[in-house]
Amino acid sequence: MADAATLLVLWPVLIPIATAALTAALWRSPAAQRWVGMASLMLLLAASLALTYVVATEGVVAKQFGDWAAPFGITFVADPLSAAMIAISGVLAFAVGIFALSDIRPRHERNGFHPLFHGLMAGVNGAFLTGDIFNLYVWFEVMLITTLGLLVVQRGRAQIDGALKYAAMNLFGTILFLIAVALLYGATGTLNMADLARILPGMEMSPGLTASALLFLAAFGIKAGVFPLFFWLPASYHTAPIAIAALFAGLLTKVGVYAAFRVFTLLFEMEGGGLREIVAVVAALTMITGVFGAAIQWNVRRILSFHIISQIGYMLMGLAIATPVAIAGAVFYIVHHIIVKANLFLLAGAIRKAAGTDDLRKAGGLLKSHPWLAVLFLIPALSLAGLPPLSGFWAKFLVIDASLREEVWWLAAVALLVGALTLFSMSKIWMEAFWKKPVLVRATPRRVPVAFVAPIVLLGAVTLTIGLFADPFVEYARTATAVLVDPADYIAAVFPEEGPVQAAGTAYPGTANHSQGAVE
Amino acid sequence: MRSLILTAMARIFFAIMLAGSVWVLLRGHNEPGGGFIGGLVGAAGFATLALAAGVETARRALVLHPVVLMGAGLAIAFVSGVPGIVTDASFLTHQWGSLAGVKLGTTIVFDLGVYMVVVGGVLSFMFRLYEEDAA
Repeated sequence: MADAATLLVLWPVLIPIATAALTAALWRSPAAQRWVGMASLMLLLAASLALTYVVATEGVVAKQFGDWAAPFGITFVADPLSAAMIAISGVLAFAVGIFALSDIRPRHERNGFHPLFHGLMAGVNGAFLTGDIFNLYVWFEVMLITTLGLLVVQRGRAQIDGALKYAAMNLFGTILFLIAVALLYGATGTLNMADLARILPGMEMSPGLTASALLFLAAFGIKAGVFPLFFWLPASYHTAPIAIAALFAGLLTKVGVYAAFRVFTLLFEMEGGGLREIVAVVAALTMITGVFGAAIQWNVRRILSFHIISQIGYMLMGLAIATPVAIAGAVFYIVHHIIVKANLFLLAGAIRKAAGTDDLRKAGGLLKSHPWLAVLFLIPALSLAGLPPLSGFWAKFLVIDASLREEVWWLAAVALLVGALTLFSMSKIWMEAFWKKPVLVRATPRRVPVAFVAPIVLLGAVTLTIGLFADPFVEYARTATAVLVDPADYIAAVFPEEGPVQAAGTAYPGTANHSQGAVE
Repeated sequence: MRSLILTAMARIFFAIMLAGSVWVLLRGHNEPGGGFIGGLVGAAGFATLALAAGVETARRALVLHPVVLMGAGLAIAFVSGVPGIVTDASFLTHQWGSLAGVKLGTTIVFDLGVYMVVVGGVLSFMFRLYEEDAA
């Protein structure tokens, strides 16, 4: 039996893949799919938390598929950043799974909701764990295909329209990604990220490598929904059923952000080539367009879709400043944001259930009929806007503090302004849906099912925990940043013996003189 | 549009293509071939049958629903990786042995799974397209 601790790296991908297979094989019985799915989500949550515990106590864990040694085999690596992403997506998948029990209709199940949902989780977790740049591309494709399927489980004109826009933009993104990988492979002769991290610092930034870096930035930018490549997002997210939209809102764009952080800390430096300046301007424009886009919307889900974009800007801000403090802030931001954003989408579902509409102009009076819903809404809404003592306050505080330390005043000013506008947007939802007198008089208020409330409470509790006990989370983000900034641990986990490249009989140009320096 | 020649030949083509696809699948053991390309050939066989004799006939010939086939194939491919975990090393470390002079490995199980996923995947949308065409 292989070492149990290193096997933990595989479970977050193997569990969803096995579940996707089982639920597809149980095609005829949606009820059986539902039970298998819930059992698997519990297992996934347990496995994700166990992996995070092991990484937090023992450091970076790596595993080679098929026992083919790196850099030739495919490596899975869990460093503190990927472990945190795995844990938080495990929590999110569990919450969304409960919500889906009430939200997903039999017709959605007949169109393959369960296999696609677990397939998407496999893709997301694979992207977080893989230590191979081409394998990352494969997981992106898995995500793309399952996402497309999930967008059209509810068959309608709007859904097909949204899915087409999504497919066109994201296929373009994956092509850019593939070209970037090809250029990188041409220049270095390896695809293993740890191997690349050893080779690249010793190489000159050739035109090919610069082009590769810029293409990576564009590809991940499309995935993350940054300015000016974001328009597929508000065009598609609001068309899917709420449970699916919440999953997308929480995870998909953040996989793009995660990939950008991975590539631009482990492989490429942010210095030189004007990369920092580009990312800083893009971050600012992303924040601003997102928040102004939201201001003119009246549909709850559309408002929230635009806010995803504006929040991505804050994370990029951390990448643009690129000091350890800023990266730690961005890591904290990603974790906080995944929970808050998904929770807001679930709340949008609850609001729609209670008010019978998505349109804020027609809604109203929920404060009287559903007072507890108003309270539950305030937790993620105020957290998103960045009010203390909620998790969003610390997240914004960390990135803005980092930009002030580097004396990037204008970026800090933009971030503060966008925070205020976010508060305006959230209070608009609250005023219109909860405070205002109802436009249409309804005799009996509609009940919101328990399966809606339970995950909202769960995610709200996570937000409160991160906000009130921020210290251990900030500390963890610092640990994660330490591994990102100095990848020696990451490389050592993938190459346990020194110089396996030479031992395998193949020396890459530039490896020999560099590897010792990086491993020590 | 029904063509008499195609309808008459379809069953023969179907049998040849299916046999051919299995040959390609097994050939992949040591030579070019394997589950993916074999699965494509097999799916083409079913698609020919569907085109000539109607989707209903092809669905009956497949026995399983395409998505079920896909799920079963993925499950089989998954199971082929498990021995690697139990014995020594890692997921998808394949095991080899020999039976009466023939080298056998768990890789063929993996390939069979891929074959089923490809047949199921291609046919699940192919059948739907043909049905919409007919309607």
